[in-house]
Amino acid sequence: MIRIDNLTKTFGPFTAVNGLSFSVAPGEVLGFLGPNGAGKSTTMKMITGFLAPTSGKVTVLGHDATEQPLKAKELIGYLPEGAPSYGDMTPRQFLAFIGQVRGYRGAELQARVERVETALQLSSVFDQPIETLSKGFKRRVGLAQAIIHDPKVLILDEPTDGLDPNQKQEVRNLIANLSKDKIVIVSTHILEEVSAVCTRAIIIAGGRILADGTPQQLEARSRYHGAISMTLQGAENAESELVKLPQVASVEADQGRLVVFPKSGQSLFAPVNALISQQGWQVDELHVERGRLDEVFRTITQEVA
Amino acid sequence: MRQTAVIFKRELASYVATPLAYVFTVIFLVLAGSFAFFFGGFFDNGQADLRAFFNYHPWLYLFLVPALSMRLWAEERKSGTLELLMTLPISLRDMVLGKFLAAWVFTGIALILTCPIWFTVNYLGDPDNGVILASYLGSWLMAGAMLAVGSCISACTKNQVIAFIVAVVVCFLMMVSGWEIVMGWWPDWMADWFIESVAALSFLTHFNAFAKGVLDLRDVLYFLIMIAGWLTATAIVIHMKKAN
Repeated sequence: MIRIDNLTKTFGPFTAVNGLSFSVAPGEVLGFLGPNGAGKSTTMKMITGFLAPTSGKVTVLGHDATEQPLKAKELIGYLPEGAPSYGDMTPRQFLAFIGQVRGYRGAELQARVERVETALQLSSVFDQPIETLSKGFKRRVGLAQAIIHDPKVLILDEPTDGLDPNQKQEVRNLIANLSKDKIVIVSTHILEEVSAVCTRAIIIAGGRILADGTPQQLEARSRYHGAISMTLQGAENAESELVKLPQVASVEADQGRLVVFPKSGQSLFAPVNALISQQGWQVDELHVERGRLDEVFRTITQEVA
Repeated sequence: MRQTAVIFKRELASYVATPLAYVFTVIFLVLAGSFAFFFGGFFDNGQADLRAFFNYHPWLYLFLVPALSMRLWAEERKSGTLELLMTLPISLRDMVLGKFLAAWVFTGIALILTCPIWFTVNYLGDPDNGVILASYLGSWLMAGAMLAVGSCISACTKNQVIAFIVAVVVCFLMMVSGWEIVMGWWPDWMADWFIESVAALSFLTHFNAFAKGVLDLRDVLYFLIMIAGWLTATAIVIHMKKAN
């Protein structure tokens, strides 16, 4: 369990993190969302013990991050933003170094280095200097050093930032496979990632928590939640007919596509379907929206800005 | 202590892996040799000693040691590895000490590589090897003190050029403060005890004692305390400035 109590960090007159409180239980993958400068990285730096909080408290599995920093750091695997590593070392040397700092020697060290080499498919570049590797490989080296000690707590600061779609998918699969009994905190500003890997999402902006829930709960806050979007052939009267349905709040036309918004709590599918067959419209495409995270994100975070 | 050793090994390996180490060693050896022969009048003195060789060490170190120390922390800060290091279960003391010791041992190796000049002088005459040994020790201790100064300054910035220049200036001041010419520049109203204490803090004063073959515990202690003091300052600076 990670507990964060009333965490605040100020840099001079600027308040980066403002009275943040939440806790994360094992098995949870927490997505930490927010616009740039929201305080995501600063919060992560305080959890990992890099920065000392101005006030408030971080407890990692019972260890206070400020009072017992080394104990807390032993439990955490951390990928800092940009996955920094020593460019003149090869992944093999670098991972052996991290393993040694974490207290492994001899056969145990060797086994752990090989295990992360396999887990992150680093074999093809394992003896090349890290500075010559592509961004994707560098990121994987960074992830490898974060999991070499099989940590109970994994903190990843924008793990997929700047990767191509295939690489993003790989990193997400990896996170999903890791997270069985671990506490994982992932910061990102890519929203699809949250639905893909997280069991819970916290949206922060201006150093405060604005929303906290499962990705589904957040999607439900969208005005698109339960809306029906469809493309109809030759149905000029569709817009006016749809608005007449008692369950419909409004209808918007968007590039030949109609989006029908429900009144809150109403289900649209059955009445719209009935209307379509009654009118004999030809439907090219129709689907029920789950809600748009990016829209929720924008609405929530812009209220602050 | 085990952690210090891990950091030490990584740092020393990184010296060997980069051209910096070879450039440093070659320039040090060439300059140390040529200063001794051309400016120091190694042969003209007609004496079998290495005074001509050691006399130039402070001035060589003035530029070469900051070149070595400038990257110690500035590079970690710039590349973001400082954050990585500081979130590993390792104390700041072990990091500072490990990095410093690696740089210090490296200068020690460069110093040992000058031993042909020692063999030469033994071949040519019958020098006082005790004095030479004391001079080597003094030279290495002085390099250590300057590295500690450079380490602290490197911790202040992420710009290696600034780290280099400021370290050169600080080391220069700490050197010339003991020079008699400079001591004469102080205004008359300045108390003698003050001028003398400033001079007593100079690298040069203590190094010259070694170079004369006087092995005084106080001079050894001076350098060791200097190293400890500047390394403590390094740790404090890193702790205070790690956020930016």
